[in-house]
Amino acid sequence: MRWNARDSRQLGIGLAYLAPSLILFAAFVFVPLAQSIYLSFFNTRATGAITTFAGLDHYLELLTSPAFRTGLLATALFALYTVPLGIALGLVLAVLLNQRLRGINVFRTMMSSTIAISAAVGALIWLLLLNPSLGLLNYILSLVGVRGPEWLIQPATAIIAVSLTTIWLTLGTNIIVLLAGLQGVPEEIYEAARLDGARGLRMFTRITVPMVSPSLFFLLVVDTIAVLQAFTQIHLLTRGGPVDATRVLVYSIYQDAFQNFQFGYASAQAVILLVLVMALTLIQFRFVERRVHYQ
Amino acid sequence: MTIRALPSYALLAVGSIVVAFPLLLALSYSFMSESQIATFPPPLIPATPSFDNYAGVLDTIPIGRYLLNSFVVSTAVVIGQLITASLAAYAFSFLVFRGRQLLFFVFLSTLMIPWEATIIPNYITIRSIGWLDTYQGLAVPFMATAFGTFLLRQAFLQIPHELWDSARIDGASSLRFFFSMVLPLSRPILGTVAIYGFLSTYNQYFWPLLITNQTLMRTTQVGIAQLRFEETLRFGLVMAGVIMVAVPTLALLVLGQRQLVRGLTAGAVKG
Repeated sequence: MRWNARDSRQLGIGLAYLAPSLILFAAFVFVPLAQSIYLSFFNTRATGAITTFAGLDHYLELLTSPAFRTGLLATALFALYTVPLGIALGLVLAVLLNQRLRGINVFRTMMSSTIAISAAVGALIWLLLLNPSLGLLNYILSLVGVRGPEWLIQPATAIIAVSLTTIWLTLGTNIIVLLAGLQGVPEEIYEAARLDGARGLRMFTRITVPMVSPSLFFLLVVDTIAVLQAFTQIHLLTRGGPVDATRVLVYSIYQDAFQNFQFGYASAQAVILLVLVMALTLIQFRFVERRVHYQ
Repeated sequence: MTIRALPSYALLAVGSIVVAFPLLLALSYSFMSESQIATFPPPLIPATPSFDNYAGVLDTIPIGRYLLNSFVVSTAVVIGQLITASLAAYAFSFLVFRGRQLLFFVFLSTLMIPWEATIIPNYITIRSIGWLDTYQGLAVPFMATAFGTFLLRQAFLQIPHELWDSARIDGASSLRFFFSMVLPLSRPILGTVAIYGFLSTYNQYFWPLLITNQTLMRTTQVGIAQLRFEETLRFGLVMAGVIMVAVPTLALLVLGQRQLVRGLTAGAVKG
């Protein structure tokens, strides 16, 4: 395996094709990543210029900070409210859409329409729906005898309001991915189950759910990562409030870096975000690898 | 259509209306007067539909300029991504060189790094090179795409290798083969990458919020958010803004649905 002139030439040609991407990745992903980690060990001026070495101070401060703990809790609640319900809803609708009917494509387009909707647009529409006096949500609740809360004013409901908005925003993606998963299930499996007497709910839990489990797992990871990165709907609905109830990790990074100008402290939180997302992605890669191996 | 299919259609109709309801409501409210919006119970249909809110948006914010900015930036990102990703995917599928596997992993590793984790140094960099409030500041950081490269590589690998062999025998250079065979054969997947790049750039909020301060450099998403922070919150106005901004992406969804589905399911189903 000696390296010769031909190897160098081939590598040179290969790198020439990769160069545009590699330069951009270096400039906007890898170097900034290293800078984020580096910054997390330093104190900075409001301009971002480094002043003094902080060592692990920022991380230790995060560990003991009640505000940071509240933020992590808000992030976890946000994920818990959003991801399972969003996937379950997506699965029910995808099963509904997985029928061979005339005109089914119209319904598919309508139900997956939120994939094209930006978080800003979605948040502004939900701002109206959630409005205590003008919004339809509380009116509908009042029809069934429930007194709707002031969604964005109370800490306990603010995070639910942001989660509802996010569920709606991710529904389109969830439906498309699950519908593709359902279409990959061979018809014979359903027929065999039907011959064995499986119907309705039993068919759904025993056949459908296990057969689309790869898609379900994929969405579990992807949707959780998306929730960890959610910023827009929080910025437009609650600005992290009330009393930090929706100040999730990304929002905390935003406020500490770009409103309080504590770039070092914010970078330490960015590193924590990075670790969380990397861990989730690695879990997914491993899972996919194993599944491919089995097939 | 048989009678047996009726319950299915009923369920599908209900489901579709519930999912699309917020969007339909926004459309309806965009034609409603503020006084009707304030009535109780909340109205569903405009009593006297008018374009007043749309005129109001045009008077309040430079929405035309925002749309222009978003189109310029999103188009630039799409062109950039198509160039960088197709070149890289070509190297990863047709060229043979040492270290190819390793470099492919380097590309894939960028998928694990959330943009928000690097946003602070990126902001400082963009500011220090004077790219705040510029198109290049909004577009250049997003012109490389690992996901797009991955999709294109999968497609390029489907192209029969004999084509490459015979092209080489005919004396074609690798660059010529790339332009005359590989790209034309991969139009559908290039479409997928383009639609993805456009949608994700057009719908961005955090980055343009950070790096644009001048009103005239704002993009659509940040621009309509201003309507929310007006002194008095006028929902008719906000919904008109929402519709004006959402129409291009909805049109893209209808036109490019097949491409979008292909992209989304590449990761989930094929593994």
